[in-house]
Amino acid sequence: MPDGANSVLYVEGLKTVFKVRGGEVHAVNSVSFDLKPGELLGVVGESGSGKSVTMMSLLGLLPSPPAEVREGRVIFDGRDLLQCSPAELRAVRGLGVGFIFQDPMTSLNPVFTVGFQIMEPLRRHLGMNKEAARKRAQELLELVNIPDAAQRLGDYPHQFSGGMRQRVMIAIALACDPKVLIADEPTTALDVTIQAQILELIRELRQKLGMAIVWITHDLGVIAGIADRVIVMYGGQIVEQAPVGELFARPRHPYTRALLQTVPSVLGERAPKLKVIEGQPPMLTATPTACPFRPRCAQAFDRCARENPARRAVGRGHDVACFWDFDSNGPVAAAESAANA
Amino acid sequence: MFTFALRRFLIAIPTLLIISLAIFLLLEAAPGDPLGDVPLTVPPDVKEKMRAALGLDSPWFVRYFLWLKQFFWVEPLNLVDYIFGTDYAQGMQRVISFQSRQPVMQIIAQRVPQTLTVVGMSYLIGVSIALPIGIYSAYRQYSWFDQIGTLVSMIGFSVPTFFSGVVLIIVFGVKLQWFPSIYDTMHQVTDWESFLKQVRQMAMPVMVLSLYNAAQISRFMRSSMLDNLNQDYVRTARAKGLTETVVLLVHVLRNSLIPVVTVIALGVPTIFGGAIITEQVFKVNGLGQQLITSIHSNDMPMVMTLTFIFAILIVTFNLIADLLYGILDPRIRYD
Ligand SMILES: Nc1ncnc2c1ncn2[C@@H]1O[C@H](COP(=O)(O)OP(=O)(O)OP(=O)(O)O)[C@@H](O)[C@H]1O
Ligand code: SF4
Ligand SMILES: [Mg+2]
Repeated sequence: MPDGANSVLYVEGLKTVFKVRGGEVHAVNSVSFDLKPGELLGVVGESGSGKSVTMMSLLGLLPSPPAEVREGRVIFDGRDLLQCSPAELRAVRGLGVGFIFQDPMTSLNPVFTVGFQIMEPLRRHLGMNKEAARKRAQELLELVNIPDAAQRLGDYPHQFSGGMRQRVMIAIALACDPKVLIADEPTTALDVTIQAQILELIRELRQKLGMAIVWITHDLGVIAGIADRVIVMYGGQIVEQAPVGELFARPRHPYTRALLQTVPSVLGERAPKLKVIEGQPPMLTATPTACPFRPRCAQAFDRCARENPARRAVGRGHDVACFWDFDSNGPVAAAESAANA
Repeated sequence: MFTFALRRFLIAIPTLLIISLAIFLLLEAAPGDPLGDVPLTVPPDVKEKMRAALGLDSPWFVRYFLWLKQFFWVEPLNLVDYIFGTDYAQGMQRVISFQSRQPVMQIIAQRVPQTLTVVGMSYLIGVSIALPIGIYSAYRQYSWFDQIGTLVSMIGFSVPTFFSGVVLIIVFGVKLQWFPSIYDTMHQVTDWESFLKQVRQMAMPVMVLSLYNAAQISRFMRSSMLDNLNQDYVRTARAKGLTETVVLLVHVLRNSLIPVVTVIALGVPTIFGGAIITEQVFKVNGLGQQLITSIHSNDMPMVMTLTFIFAILIVTFNLIADLLYGILDPRIRYD
């Protein structure tokens, strides 16, 4: 369970709804998690599970309408970001929290030089003059290992390769030395060798700068390599949370277990055929009143249709939102799950 | 970039020559006789002499090359002489209007200021109100401002200027008597009073034309902004903590302007040619009106020269639009 003390970021009961034609999409439902200083928190889940929407909700980056952050608290720097004015939020974006997005080809503005784009947050948040900002921008490009940094400041994004552009994005996100870096599938659009280079760079930067990182991905292999702790999302909820070793060793949610089986050769011997999780992820048009994974779950039983399981602790820093107990291979007692909820 | 510009410029020359030949042949093939108005009582041999005096007795290609020489050689020399007081032209035959027997270029030079003040002004006003309207409508898509903007530009777009012009004349010229309904070309601005009179007489034609221009360009600006507002780089700009003003007026606008600027450049030649109808409605005797009168009286040299000048403008502004595109969009490299 999340714990407010000594976290850089503490999220509780976050709920985000999209108003769409003919109803609502409940994209994020009662999501709670925290982030410790210097920690790398992996967030996994299949497409549409609400990973991006969760993170965008924290800093008001979703277009509203249609998005509405309906409930919850987001504590950062001793205050609730959901209660902040737009101007206060803007002061946090880029300064306290940096963002990297999935597609480096489109995330940079094509008509401005990368130098200009790196200098922007420096001038805006740190009040640097042109000279100082340029110097810092060059240092940042060197920091993310872009050769000829001084010359490349004057280049436009299209003059960089995909991997180099993602490095530029990282430089922008880290420009003001944020406490938290949120990386939304930063390597998904890159090919495997470039992906490995970016991961290496992030490891290096973590060592040097010590920021906390939220790393969104659907690649469990990546998570195994860099995360300290993992949260697994499904249908807009956190279904399991555990330290990375624990998660891979003792997955306690049927979805996590299925997810791990889809990863080739991470756990022991190679499966003869790549497993897929049958069925479709849900589209939630209202607050869920049953387990959202039920239609695809092999363990599902009658209680799963009546209640939406709350998260219950199953070990140190390990909790799961499921009524099934894999230790005893039977349903958990109703009282126990309620007590821990 | 420079070599591209030079290459495009060199290609433009044969293009224009072909266009000039095409215009000439079309006018040649068109029915109508410059001497059609000469009374039947004039004896045929006198008529032949008149024809020879206009140069109409020689075959078409001779006349075409003569026109080419006059347009590209004699007229520029005359211009130089006029500016520097020299005498390079040495009385060589200029392009002469059949109708007024005056050099065509002189007439055009007299007409250009009327067209530029009225039609050029409307274009400027149209563009400068269209851009902010387009930007704000896109930012507040589907707001009441946007809805009204859509309605007004639909009207400006679909109601022809000869109709909206006449409506304005009836309302403001005839009923309310605020503005004169006929444009006085001879009016000279000498003091505040006469300046106000000039503003009043320009008001209606400028209103009609700028509504028409603004309608088109604001729609274009709006859709270009909307295209860009959904781009990923906008999210990046917001995630950097930039203010909405900077996101909108620096990041989004700079990208959205690229296609709009080229459309604005491409529209400039229509200032000279396209306002023919409005000039006619408000009796502004600018270039457009001159073209109509000359067509009516089969004034071949005049029609030929005016049409060709429009062609030059269109080709030139096409080139300018292309170059602007390359300047504004760093992804485009002409080499
Ligand atoms: N603008 C929107 N309007 C309506 N619904 C939306 C909108 N944006 C997201 N959603 C809904 O929110 C849900 C979660 O989307 P989200 O982008 O967070 O998924 P994700 O986990 O990041 O997936 P991916 O791995 O594909 O990025 C989706 O089911 C989607 O239908
Ligand atoms: S709560 Fe029930 S349906 Fe949901 S994952 Fe657990 S066993 Fe499956
Ligand atoms: Mg996503």
